[in-house]
Amino acid sequence: MKKIILLFSCFIIGNLSLAETPLGLPELPVPVNNPQTPAKIALGSRLFNDARFSTTGDVSCATCHAADKVFTDSPLSVSEGINKLTGTRNAPTVVNAAYNKTQFWDGRSPDLEDQALHPFLNPVEMALPDHEPILQVIRDDDTYTSMFRDVFDVDAGNVTMTEVTMAIAAFERTQISGDSRFDRWYFGGEADLLSEQERRGFAVFLGNGRCVSCHVIEQDHALFTDHLFHNIGIGINDIQDKVPQLAAAFQAAKTDGIDVDVAVLTDPDTSHLGRFAVDDQLSSLGGFKTPTLRNIAATAPYMHDGSLATLREVVEHYNNGGVTNPDDPVNAFLSGAIRPLGLAEQDIDDLVAFMETLTSPQHDSQAMALAAQVGTTGGAQ
Amino acid sequence: MTNIINNRRDFLKTSASGLVAGMLPVSLVRLSYAEDGGPDFTFAYISDSHIQHIEGNKFVRNWDRGLIRAVAEANLLEPKPDFVVFGGDLAQLGTKPELDHGAEILAGLNHETRVVLGEHDYYLDLGEYWSELYGDHYYSWDHKGVHFITLNSILTHDDWTYERWESPERRMNEMAGLDNPNGSPFMVGEKQLKWLQKDLKKVAKNTPIVIFSHSPLQKIYKGWNFWTEEAEDIHKMLSPFDKVNVIYGHVHQIQYNQIDNIAFTSVMATAWPWPYPESYAQAESHLPILTVPMNRADPFNERDATGWQFMNVHTGRVDLQFNLYNNTNRTVAFNEEKGHPEDTSFSDPTQRTATQRHY
Repeated sequence: MKKIILLFSCFIIGNLSLAETPLGLPELPVPVNNPQTPAKIALGSRLFNDARFSTTGDVSCATCHAADKVFTDSPLSVSEGINKLTGTRNAPTVVNAAYNKTQFWDGRSPDLEDQALHPFLNPVEMALPDHEPILQVIRDDDTYTSMFRDVFDVDAGNVTMTEVTMAIAAFERTQISGDSRFDRWYFGGEADLLSEQERRGFAVFLGNGRCVSCHVIEQDHALFTDHLFHNIGIGINDIQDKVPQLAAAFQAAKTDGIDVDVAVLTDPDTSHLGRFAVDDQLSSLGGFKTPTLRNIAATAPYMHDGSLATLREVVEHYNNGGVTNPDDPVNAFLSGAIRPLGLAEQDIDDLVAFMETLTSPQHDSQAMALAAQVGTTGGAQ
Repeated sequence: MTNIINNRRDFLKTSASGLVAGMLPVSLVRLSYAEDGGPDFTFAYISDSHIQHIEGNKFVRNWDRGLIRAVAEANLLEPKPDFVVFGGDLAQLGTKPELDHGAEILAGLNHETRVVLGEHDYYLDLGEYWSELYGDHYYSWDHKGVHFITLNSILTHDDWTYERWESPERRMNEMAGLDNPNGSPFMVGEKQLKWLQKDLKKVAKNTPIVIFSHSPLQKIYKGWNFWTEEAEDIHKMLSPFDKVNVIYGHVHQIQYNQIDNIAFTSVMATAWPWPYPESYAQAESHLPILTVPMNRADPFNERDATGWQFMNVHTGRVDLQFNLYNNTNRTVAFNEEKGHPEDTSFSDPTQRTATQRHY
């Protein structure tokens, strides 16, 4: 029955996504005003990899979202932009970002198109003064000139960032991946595919680990996110005493019109305010978006600031009830869902083993390479 | 294919309203206090933390976290509230360790604090240790043209309190039970009613009155003591005054009502939510028909359907902003035209979140 449903959904979107929906993923959401076409995707890919769109000429989107690293800059904890300047956040993967309901760790962009506007201008990323240098490169480049004419029916002189970001987003929407061992086992009915330990880990994931409530699995697909923002005690734990001053100073600056994108990526303390910097809600203090767990074994380190090196450290943090070291003070704004879990060492090992089944085949080699670095088993079997 | 254009529009709308609605609600207070001549002001209200002792220095973590979070958030309010009220049931079983632990967390407030007595603070030692911490069980004071009264509205018949139980612990446990045939209705008591009568004598009829009470000063549902036995007598005593506002705890849910000149509004608990009485028992219940109930809480999230509130006092009426974790914040404000409090977003039935019918 599952197979029939899947075939049916592939059929519906086949022409639009230019690819079959991998096992475990839902229908690809594509904006009505930005349909996928092969020419547009090729243009987006070229733009994505073009380092000329930075003040130093050596940083492109792909610098921090590298194809051979599941579109992250693993193993960096926070990203490096021009002149090795560092930001405050761990590069989120582009893979399956097409399904996100908001973009960036704090959800400050509504979609891929809008998201693509910001890194060009951020002083610690590509650092352009405005978008004009990008449009100038495009006007002076014959290949771009003909590609934009083909895709958008627009002369190079009239290209705007709207077309640029539409093309980049179209390329990013091709970066979706499912078909993991978990997908084949859970959705594909290959009953013997997961080991006993991995299956025990899945039970922890659904049960005492309390993982699935935020890293959601639906009946016929799994994005492993609830698209919401939670304070899980990362980052904000380190600035607890400063929150009143930081929150007040940030709000005052925001009222005066500072650029939130710049503020959160250049000041680590402000960065840890999380979703609050975007929606101004007290409930959002220290909250960050639930990331997908797909390919998680291939994208270390973890959390919005890359502060946890391994999946085991991540599980231990949750097991401690939202503190990395058991004796650290819990932050006052911790989400109500986070509490000590009482997982045994074996449960933790099992849960990590389960997460390693979420790697898609095309990212197996990266998971293995990473595992070799940090000494875990990796995702591929 | 999913159309995400509409999502984007909603997103932008939300973002644009965020700064005003989220961060600065307390700055939206009207600047004039026209007819009574006093300035507008704000205060915050935290209630029902039910700090519960396990043993030694161990307390129930969930209830601790609720109060800790409310205190930390109230400290972020800008502009600063004139004071913070704690609405009763600081402790679960009224013990010294519970009251001490709760008082320690409450002491983290950077604001002047007024405290109301709840039945969970009272029935172990009849408020003796609570008095050492917070003083009188009932009192009044004036602030910026408003007469404030704090009542002890969780007393009951002397016979029940003094004669019936073999131990203070038994008495506390009996009063803590719901739908308990051994329970007894909350009362203000004759002595306090006389005090109230006397206190009100010195107040001008056009002076706004705000009463803080743990029980509702209404008769809503007896089985859970959403109830005050002398409610009618109290309403009568207050009837000569132009504007009376009652803020009450105990019910752990949003309720509001208007009876003649008196506007009633409940406050949230920081500990846990109660369901609305009619969803539980077969007994008669009188949830005010004005009230738009809260949604069902998500049991996964320990803070869902708990919260605290900040309040604007303007032209003698109190508007409540409910700060609800992982939920949509709500505002219950006094509607001058209609002459009663109402939810500013959800009073229109078409704006409400549909009841979940599929599980």
